[in-house]
Amino acid sequence: MRWIWIDKFTEFTSKQSATAVKNVSLAEEHLHDLYPAFPIVPNSLIVEGMAQTAGILVGEARNFQEKVVLAKISKATFHRLVRPAETIQFAAKIEQLNEQGASITGTVTVNGEPVADIELMFSHVDQNLAGLEFPEHNFVFTEQFTELLKTARPSKPVML
Amino acid sequence: MAMSRDEIYTKVQAVLVDALGVDEEEVTPNAVIRDDLGAESIDFLDIMFRLEKAFNIKIPKGEMMPENVANDPNIVKDGVVTPQGIAMLKEKMPHSDFSSFEADPKLDNMSKLFTVNAIVNYVQQKLEQPQAA
Repeated sequence: MRWIWIDKFTEFTSKQSATAVKNVSLAEEHLHDLYPAFPIVPNSLIVEGMAQTAGILVGEARNFQEKVVLAKISKATFHRLVRPAETIQFAAKIEQLNEQGASITGTVTVNGEPVADIELMFSHVDQNLAGLEFPEHNFVFTEQFTELLKTARPSKPVML
Repeated sequence: MAMSRDEIYTKVQAVLVDALGVDEEEVTPNAVIRDDLGAESIDFLDIMFRLEKAFNIKIPKGEMMPENVANDPNIVKDGVVTPQGIAMLKEKMPHSDFSSFEADPKLDNMSKLFTVNAIVNYVQQKLEQPQAA
């Protein structure tokens, strides 16, 4: 099972931008691993949330035909910690996209307050292998990821 | 007005500082992008994207640096670039200085063709070409 680090897309404009949210719960074990009695979201997982938001945006831009892999964290500047019960917003924008890969800029906020500025590079691995081969099937975009994209559509509460 | 070589150099320097996290002083004209500035494969795509943005140009795949040449037996034989290969590379990379490479054309030395000066030359040539409408 893949670890999905965003809960829902709140905006998705194909080939341009996407915004996703993640609700942080005290019940998440990894929050307690960094500092005793002071749970925080590790910055590395904030980068992962942005990578998932932006990675799906980049993948969708080519109809999930490419294996999109996070290749470089060009920049990651953090401004504040994220604590339990907060909602993280990941906003990603495609800066450049071609057959080889994409670059994105992202801003992370909580309640409109800046948490981090992140720039990432994604590689379309099949285009950058110099003779090497990866498995035929797209191991990046599993059903879990593509289902997540559907959350960008407005939905009504599920009534019982 | 056309951009001067110094202006191009300053912009290329800024691109490399941002893409590779190196100091400005390290980006000298003869610095080799891979060996001296520590670029890895994905950095070349990063550099390409940043150049496209900085100079408002389009860089087609393989134009700045030919790809997959190592797998072609006409170009590389026993780890050495053949005379035919050198001729092909010279044609495809008019922005690079081949004088040292021709003296010792090992495949491993090919990365030395891609210097800061080569990028500046490439951009200069690109900017001198008539832009597509």
